[in-house]
Amino acid sequence: MRQLRSSITIALRSLALNKLRSALTMLGIVIGVASVIATVAVGSGATQRIQEQIASIGSNLIIILPGSTTSSGLRMGTGYAVTLSEADAKEIPAQCPAVALAGPVIRGGAQVVYGNNNWATVIYGVTPDFMALRDLSVARGEEFTQSDVDSANKVALLGKTVVENLFGAADPVGQTIRIKNVPFTVVGVLTPKGQSVMGQDQDDNILLPISTAKRKVIGFNPANADAVNVIMVQARSGAQIDAAQEEITALLRQRHHLQPGELDDFSIRNMQEIFAAQEASSRIMAMMLAAVASVSLVVGGIGIMNIMLISVRERTREIGLRQAVGAKTRDILTQFLVEAVTLSIAGGLVGILVGMVASVVISRLAGWTTVVGPGAVLLAVFFSALVGISFGYYPARKAAYLDPIEALRYE
Amino acid sequence: MAPLIEVRNLTKTYQLGEVTVRALQGVTLAIERGSFVAVMGPSGSGKSTFMNLLGCLDRPTSGRYLLDGVPVETLDRDQLAEIRNRKIGFIFQTFNLLPRMTAFENVELPLLYKSAETPNAAALAQRMLAAVGLAGRESSLPSQLSGGQQQRVAIARALINRPEILLADEPTGQLDTHTGAEIMEIFVRLHRDRGITVLLVTHSDEIAAYAERIIGFRDGRVVSDEPVGIAAGLLNGQREREAREGAR
Repeated sequence: MRQLRSSITIALRSLALNKLRSALTMLGIVIGVASVIATVAVGSGATQRIQEQIASIGSNLIIILPGSTTSSGLRMGTGYAVTLSEADAKEIPAQCPAVALAGPVIRGGAQVVYGNNNWATVIYGVTPDFMALRDLSVARGEEFTQSDVDSANKVALLGKTVVENLFGAADPVGQTIRIKNVPFTVVGVLTPKGQSVMGQDQDDNILLPISTAKRKVIGFNPANADAVNVIMVQARSGAQIDAAQEEITALLRQRHHLQPGELDDFSIRNMQEIFAAQEASSRIMAMMLAAVASVSLVVGGIGIMNIMLISVRERTREIGLRQAVGAKTRDILTQFLVEAVTLSIAGGLVGILVGMVASVVISRLAGWTTVVGPGAVLLAVFFSALVGISFGYYPARKAAYLDPIEALRYE
Repeated sequence: MAPLIEVRNLTKTYQLGEVTVRALQGVTLAIERGSFVAVMGPSGSGKSTFMNLLGCLDRPTSGRYLLDGVPVETLDRDQLAEIRNRKIGFIFQTFNLLPRMTAFENVELPLLYKSAETPNAAALAQRMLAAVGLAGRESSLPSQLSGGQQQRVAIARALINRPEILLADEPTGQLDTHTGAEIMEIFVRLHRDRGITVLLVTHSDEIAAYAERIIGFRDGRVVSDEPVGIAAGLLNGQREREAREGAR
């Protein structure tokens, strides 16, 4: 212990004696650690954003789309068929134990008018469960209810972007807007959700009761009046997503009278899979960046080795004297290793600071989310110590195994 | 009682490139505990090699070296370091103080490498400095001290672990005559009062005169080994008596 303490004192003193040299040697480690910290911060910022998106889109969400149709040998893509119905949406939570909620959605576009302003937006015809399915809430006013759906009331919930474009700063709740010339009363404004991962504005939309939307705005599907574009389903938990998908598949095949061997006339997707893939790719990107950055750490390590070799040479007589008064191999080894590790850890700490500043600058300038976690900081400290030990070992060993007589005679 | 140092047929051979240097070619001698020995000889006579071997800085090519009964030639690097730390104090011609450390820290250095912690290490280092007449100069750097003062610091450093042997390699070589004499007084006192065994290498007959015994080296061999000074006087007296008795 006292040997370690004295090693640290000796190391600090010898580093202080060559301030410029020590600073330049540290610079390599500073740059290495700072770039690792900054790239990891950008990477984990991206990952965090994706995770927030998953949460914002609704947890445990499963989406059922109609399958493709084949008419006269022409196969249309997924979503064209009219195979999903409001009745399906009603039966799914009733028949599938792993499902908490399900809601039908129809979608269309429309021009919306208020006073002198007008705005083209997306109209969703939904049931009240949609709010829970998409993890939505109202910022002002109220949601519409099942009785609004049952009696096809002309009520609307507006997204923030729509409000801004039609009303500016005025309060829209209680006002009347016209959608395709039909007057609707605005009952509430949705809490903003911001951009989706794909960069879509999730606040540029209007929610109507599905019954009203069909009758007054989007219209009935000529092939099947009960048809819906999407059924959104919420599993009871993340672990039950697979079970829910199996139950839904079985139920819908039965309801759609599909024979064994016949293809599904619908397709089921769960959002977690989609985002997990995105998260994985952003993580790989971050890791590659960090790997590139860590190359500069290695270069910094070579700088340390170089300086340590010079230092061992300069202090050959000192080493010989220490050996003469009884320093063992391990004592000398420790002394020089401590010196190398002091250099690299000091460089690492400065590097962490520089990296943190850099990630703040990056997030200001580029508008990216950056996250400097304690994990990245610990990792940086660990790696800079590792660089110090591994690149300091060779010079330290060289010092420790000097021949005391030759070392004492060295000029 | 066995002698403190006993060497038998000690040889040391170096390889200097193509040339094989036979620095020691079979040295056999014993040095008793508490003696004061001067080692003399021209450069290249093997006296430095001999001192390095005695100081456990090096191992012989062949032969035996018993230090206090321990066969040194069988010990490894770290065991030799341990012996240097506990049993041997070195004094060098060039002092060999660490330039960036204070006098106090230089004196304390051997304690750092001792296997057991020394109680009151700081007080001990203080006392050692005071004993060589440097009380109050604890925080001076070597560059702030005169040559004689630096050598005193080195002596304090050599003595701090209470070694049995003091090995001095031309300790007055870089000092003026007066200062050199002062340093030699310290050796004489240590030898007389504390019974420390002193071995010193010197070129100077004046310095060698402080010793009780002079060993002469030439070409890697001992060529002379004689008592001097008071010891020689006693011995000579005895010889004269023997001669007179023989004549009778």
